[in-house]
Amino acid sequence: MPPKETAAVATYADHEVITPQNKLRKAVSDKPLMPGEDPVARAEQALAELSSEFSTWMEAECERLDKARHVVKAKGFLKANKEALFHAAHDIKGEAATFGYPAVAAAADSLCRLIEYTPDSNRIPHTLVDQHVDAVRAIIREYARSDAVELATSLTKRLREVTDEFLLHENRGNAEALASIVGPSLVPDVPA
Amino acid sequence: MVRIDFNRLRFLVIDDNAHMRRILRTLLHGFGARDVYEAEDGAAGLEAFTHYVPDIVITDWAMPIFDGLELTQMIRQPGANANPYVAIIMLTGHSEKKRVTAARDAGITEFLAKPISAKGLYERIVNVVANPRAFIKTKTYFGPDRRRIVNPNYVGPERRKGGKADVIRQASLLEKVRAPA
Repeated sequence: MPPKETAAVATYADHEVITPQNKLRKAVSDKPLMPGEDPVARAEQALAELSSEFSTWMEAECERLDKARHVVKAKGFLKANKEALFHAAHDIKGEAATFGYPAVAAAADSLCRLIEYTPDSNRIPHTLVDQHVDAVRAIIREYARSDAVELATSLTKRLREVTDEFLLHENRGNAEALASIVGPSLVPDVPA
Repeated sequence: MVRIDFNRLRFLVIDDNAHMRRILRTLLHGFGARDVYEAEDGAAGLEAFTHYVPDIVITDWAMPIFDGLELTQMIRQPGANANPYVAIIMLTGHSEKKRVTAARDAGITEFLAKPISAKGLYERIVNVVANPRAFIKTKTYFGPDRRRIVNPNYVGPERRKGGKADVIRQASLLEKVRAPA
């Protein structure tokens, strides 16, 4: 095992302020970036070179979501099944924009909310889960259409309305949950 | 802008999603990093952390076995491992305020909400490298100082006891680098 970190410690009435040995100092250079040298652009270029794989990756994520949906339908909202469905939707929410499908994120986010904010999972309507999963798959499948973003926005808006109505009913009397449900989504808006 | 020699930093990427690990690896290599290690869940991440002793940990939140929040709490145990002060960047699709607060209180260094961007990741890394924060240890918390700014207009109760110790101005590395020897 490598030697343990050393640190300067100042002790006060109810806390300590610790200044650790700065191991990252080695990476700071006093030389400025050269003209035209742009690490961010270099990384973006590297990502662009990877992008030919993104549609395949998105399809794989979609299949994972579909599979998780079928397991939940067949075996119910057991903890592991519920988590698998949530994680599949959550990953799509986080990856959609990176993979070039930003309009998919909101539908996946709505499904995450449905799972996360329903106090008794067994009351989640399977129909509503199906509608979300089918929406995600349809949006991805039709993404090449010129009106794909418009359709996705409209579809997701309706899904979100139905989901919120269900969640508000299921969480009636729980002020904290209600505050989270009606709070603004932090998923970025889909660019026009 | 400060120049960071990424090839002098060792990264550990922990995410159960292979696609996201590949994206992170691609971005880090694009920045110039050479040493990028990967783990696919919290347990493997903790093992890799002990084995590789990374300079910066980039972790997802939702993962099998134990999640990124629990992993952070395990790393932030003074005396329990080689580097409880390691920089931890939490990269997650959880971006609700209560989640951000929970991550901060677990001891993460930086929070980065998905979707990931090269610029966002680069800025977080530059910040942890060039502007390291002191650590605070209380009965209930061990981690980077959660007070990023000193607000001279603050009028609420002082929760830390110790007078002037509450306001510790620290020069950033950038300032130190630029200061004459």
